[in-house]
Amino acid sequence: MEKGKGLARRWAVEFAENSYSSSPVDVPDPMGFSRSSSDPDDASASRQKKEAEAAWKAQKAWEVAQAPVKNLLMMGFMMWMAGSTVHLFSIGITFSALWQPISALQGVGKVFEPYKDPRVDTLAPKLLFIALNLAGLVLGIWKLNTLGLLPTHASDWVSSLPPASEVEYAGGGLPVH
Amino acid sequence: MGSSHLRPWTAMAIRARLGFVILLSLFFSATLSTALYEDQVGLADWHHKYIGKVKHAVFHTQKTGRKRVVVSTEENVVASLDLRTGFIFWRNVLGKNDHIDQVDIALGKYVVTLSSGGSILRAWNLPDGQMIWESTLPVSTLSKSSLYVLANMNVGKDNLILVFGGSSIHALSSMDGQIVWRKELSIDSLEIQQIFQPHDSDIINAVGFVGSSEFVVYQISYRTGEVMQQSKASFESGFCGEASLVFDNLVVALDASKSSLVSISFKNEVINFHQINLSDLVPDFSGKVTLLPLKFNGMLAIEIASSILLLRVKGANELEFVEKISHPFAFSDALPLSKEQQAFAILQHDESKIHFKVKSDNDLRNEILKETIQMDSQRGNIEKVFINNYIRTDRTHGFRFLVVMEDHSLLLIQQGEIVWSREDGLASIVDSTTSELPVEKEGVSVAEVEHNLFEWLKGHLLKLKGTLMLASPDEVAAIQAIRLKSSEKNKMTRDHNGFRKLIIVLTRAGKVLALHTGDGRVVWSVLLPALRRSETCGNPFALRVYQWQVPHHHAMHENPSVLVVGRCGHGFDAPGIFSIVDSYTGKVQNSLILEHSVSHIMPLPLTDSTEQRLHLIIDAKLQAHLYPKNSDSLKHFFNEMPNIYWYSVEVEKNKIKGYSLESKAELDTAEEYVFQAKELWSIIFPSESEKIAVTATRKMNEIVHTQAKVVADQDVMYKYVSKNILFVATVAPKAAGEIGSATPEEALLYAYLIDTVSGRILHRVCHQGAQGPVHAVVSENWVVYHYFNLRAHRYEMSVIEIYDQSRADNKDVWKLVLGKHNLTAPVSLYSRPDVMVKSQSYFFTHSVKSMAVTATAKGITSKQLLIGTIGDQVLALDKRFLDPRRSVNPTQSEKEEGIIPLTDSLPIVPQSYITHSLQVEGLRSMVTIPAKLESTTLVFSYGVDLFFTRIAPSRTYDSLTEDFSYALLLITIVVLVAAIFVTWALSEKKELKEKWR
Repeated sequence: MEKGKGLARRWAVEFAENSYSSSPVDVPDPMGFSRSSSDPDDASASRQKKEAEAAWKAQKAWEVAQAPVKNLLMMGFMMWMAGSTVHLFSIGITFSALWQPISALQGVGKVFEPYKDPRVDTLAPKLLFIALNLAGLVLGIWKLNTLGLLPTHASDWVSSLPPASEVEYAGGGLPVH
Repeated sequence: MGSSHLRPWTAMAIRARLGFVILLSLFFSATLSTALYEDQVGLADWHHKYIGKVKHAVFHTQKTGRKRVVVSTEENVVASLDLRTGFIFWRNVLGKNDHIDQVDIALGKYVVTLSSGGSILRAWNLPDGQMIWESTLPVSTLSKSSLYVLANMNVGKDNLILVFGGSSIHALSSMDGQIVWRKELSIDSLEIQQIFQPHDSDIINAVGFVGSSEFVVYQISYRTGEVMQQSKASFESGFCGEASLVFDNLVVALDASKSSLVSISFKNEVINFHQINLSDLVPDFSGKVTLLPLKFNGMLAIEIASSILLLRVKGANELEFVEKISHPFAFSDALPLSKEQQAFAILQHDESKIHFKVKSDNDLRNEILKETIQMDSQRGNIEKVFINNYIRTDRTHGFRFLVVMEDHSLLLIQQGEIVWSREDGLASIVDSTTSELPVEKEGVSVAEVEHNLFEWLKGHLLKLKGTLMLASPDEVAAIQAIRLKSSEKNKMTRDHNGFRKLIIVLTRAGKVLALHTGDGRVVWSVLLPALRRSETCGNPFALRVYQWQVPHHHAMHENPSVLVVGRCGHGFDAPGIFSIVDSYTGKVQNSLILEHSVSHIMPLPLTDSTEQRLHLIIDAKLQAHLYPKNSDSLKHFFNEMPNIYWYSVEVEKNKIKGYSLESKAELDTAEEYVFQAKELWSIIFPSESEKIAVTATRKMNEIVHTQAKVVADQDVMYKYVSKNILFVATVAPKAAGEIGSATPEEALLYAYLIDTVSGRILHRVCHQGAQGPVHAVVSENWVVYHYFNLRAHRYEMSVIEIYDQSRADNKDVWKLVLGKHNLTAPVSLYSRPDVMVKSQSYFFTHSVKSMAVTATAKGITSKQLLIGTIGDQVLALDKRFLDPRRSVNPTQSEKEEGIIPLTDSLPIVPQSYITHSLQVEGLRSMVTIPAKLESTTLVFSYGVDLFFTRIAPSRTYDSLTEDFSYALLLITIVVLVAAIFVTWALSEKKELKEKWR
């Protein structure tokens, strides 16, 4: 209501007969009309701006692509802290180390969405991002293995093998008394 | 500076903390065993006390006031029982070889027992059973000895106790057991028969035989032991050694031919013999006479041609016939009613009835008392009777009878009724097996369920109150009562966890009883007719009990049954006895006396189509007989016959022999089920250096979960799991006796592991300076044995673990993943697998009575050794303490694996006694039965007492404990759900408010 009151007229166009009498200078250009349709200075400025933006986007994309490195280092540190014995903390860390790269890989498209630009090549950063996350995944799996949670040993496959049955049977012993 | 000060402190603190953590973890792992809270006692366990078959009974005299009876039994127990209820006031169990010869009461306050062949005399306090004194008598020859407590002779407030046997008489003070005097009657081969004291004199008379023809009378001073008078006379036709004292001056004896009686009268050094003519009394008398022990003045009982004659002795050669009694019967000893009157009881069986007669010497023709009672036929015949009297209100005499039955049970009968009975045959269990209970039937009435639900909720609410500490003392008591009397555990149906079972026990009396694992009550009992004395089988005794038929799939409608094997007589060539008993009802399904003897019984891992287990009975002639005898079992047997072997351990010959089976050459139809043994191998131990001490095998029904053992760093070792492994321990013959009888240099103990199919010795180890007694237990791929180390003067336990080296190469992951291995293929023992052995020894504080190992349904749960200690308790010891891979400093990965650092002795944690504060007196054996619940083992241990409990070696990881409060869980859930709804409603309301703002 206050806002409605505050709406003052900004401009008005009068379509009078004596419109030609008025100097062309006085009459403003109609909306959307550009007297000089092409201004060379303006064009170059906008191009520059766009290029800068593209460069910025590319740079950002690379930055985003490199972000997992930090994560990787942090994870590595956390894993080192967690030690190689199986307990709640080390398992939590390991699973987050596995989950993070997987979720990041799932959202690769989304991560690079803001930097999508025909002039920006996001493929290389994407590949780097994927590679780094894969490295993170490998790190996680390596950790899983060091915790002994991967069935990579013979012991993991034979631990529940029943004893071999015997062909022969012998009974007897001391005479019963 | 600060940091340099700090560093060692922090380092130490960390180390201390680490140490603490390790200690804590060790502590927890060490006390993993079955520690129990006080209020959990009796929840899963029960303990029943028994005394065994009563040999002697002494009633308290009227003066002592309390109604008790002191008994001694064949299980070497001396006990005081409550005459009103039969409960045990106190009980003392003597050593295994310390047989009680006689029991009496001295000074009215001590129970005196003579034991160990007349060499040990002990006095126990009558009210509480404390031992007052013990004295050892120097008895040269172990002969039949007797006790005589002089009743009415006071030597300064002291009474003398006379012990006589062989040629010596000892007089001991009943106050302190000191030997007052000792008289060695220096005549060779003197056998004192009786000692008695003529009325009110200072002289004791001792009568006996010298050799076979001389009769001797001694008159000995009571105070000094001096021989006052001695008279001797010989009788030309000789004596057989049996005699009965009839009067103070008349003895009736049997002559050497056992065909006639001789009365011997003696007075003032004059001994007269009179041959008594029995044909006057018994017209058509022929054959042999037996003198029955009847301690009654002026009376004589003789047995002629299986009928018993009661005779009255009127004079030296005058007998009067009183009564003829037929078998079965029992006499009591004389009971003095007054100064001049005596009474005794005759009990006689008539089908299921027992007639009681009490006669006094005033009128032998008629009875003071005549009663008849109905007796349970499963108790068999009367064996012994003890009589006691009381004064009724009308001043007449009432009698109570303490009766020992054929099944060793003890009954008190008064006024024609059984006042109480004790099932004391359970003190002498020979063997046991188990049976599942029937499956619960469907269609339980709703009302019962509702009632149960209400009770259930009430119980749980009470429990909850208890947990929240809101319960009053009365309620706490109620909670405990509910827990102890849980009807759940006593049901007669199978339960989900497999805790409820029937334990079927065979007692020495030949009685089979089924005990419920819930509370140990007797569900049914049967005195096997085949194991009773009869015309065809004079001296039968029970050997073993096996599971005969366990219906699983094919014969579900049939009840399971057990097989009882016995033997007619004590020789190995005596014919065997077979009896098949229904496990649910105790009905004897089949019973027969075999035509052959029984020296080995082999339950085979085969069943016929009705799921009867095949058994091979091997007789003394090395012939194998197959049971059950039907064509179906024969067919099954023939399929497997080439793979069935047997072996025999011959301790006397120091040999182990292995045999295979072959059909008899001549195919006689009657001998279709008989097979010949063919000797395959034999191991002969050098008899000058070795003597077989003990053998042990794996339990046939033991289940092993896996063949692989994962050691540190994910490495694998393959266990050598064979059912056909025999552990044999031999000791040097010099060191075969008691501990201390040999020097350490002489003592040697060899442990052998033998494959019983091929006779191959897998392993042999020698322990220098070690000797028996050896106890061993074999399970999975290991053996644990217990022996004495003479050098260290301590008991030791050793463990041997066997691994299969020929499988050790199976370590390729891909092959294992793809299943390209032959680890589960059946193996033949003739493939001579290469074995590797690991062993270790530890000191152990206790000497051991018996050893066993826990068994679980699938063999996943870790094992515990059960050790029956010398104190008659059962100790559970984790197998992890007996792991040969223990080392002083285990590596990190070994620690993670759970290896305990090596110590020189095995720890005994007081909490790990599964019998907690109880003692299983006379412990003989422990039986482990797997429950259906993998974590749990049922343990039944028996001796004179019975004890049952269930233990979980790795705790009950697969179920909630009994104490788990379901009510608390339920309430928590309800509260949480309610809270969810309330908060949801609240948040809705709030949101609505927000929107309206």
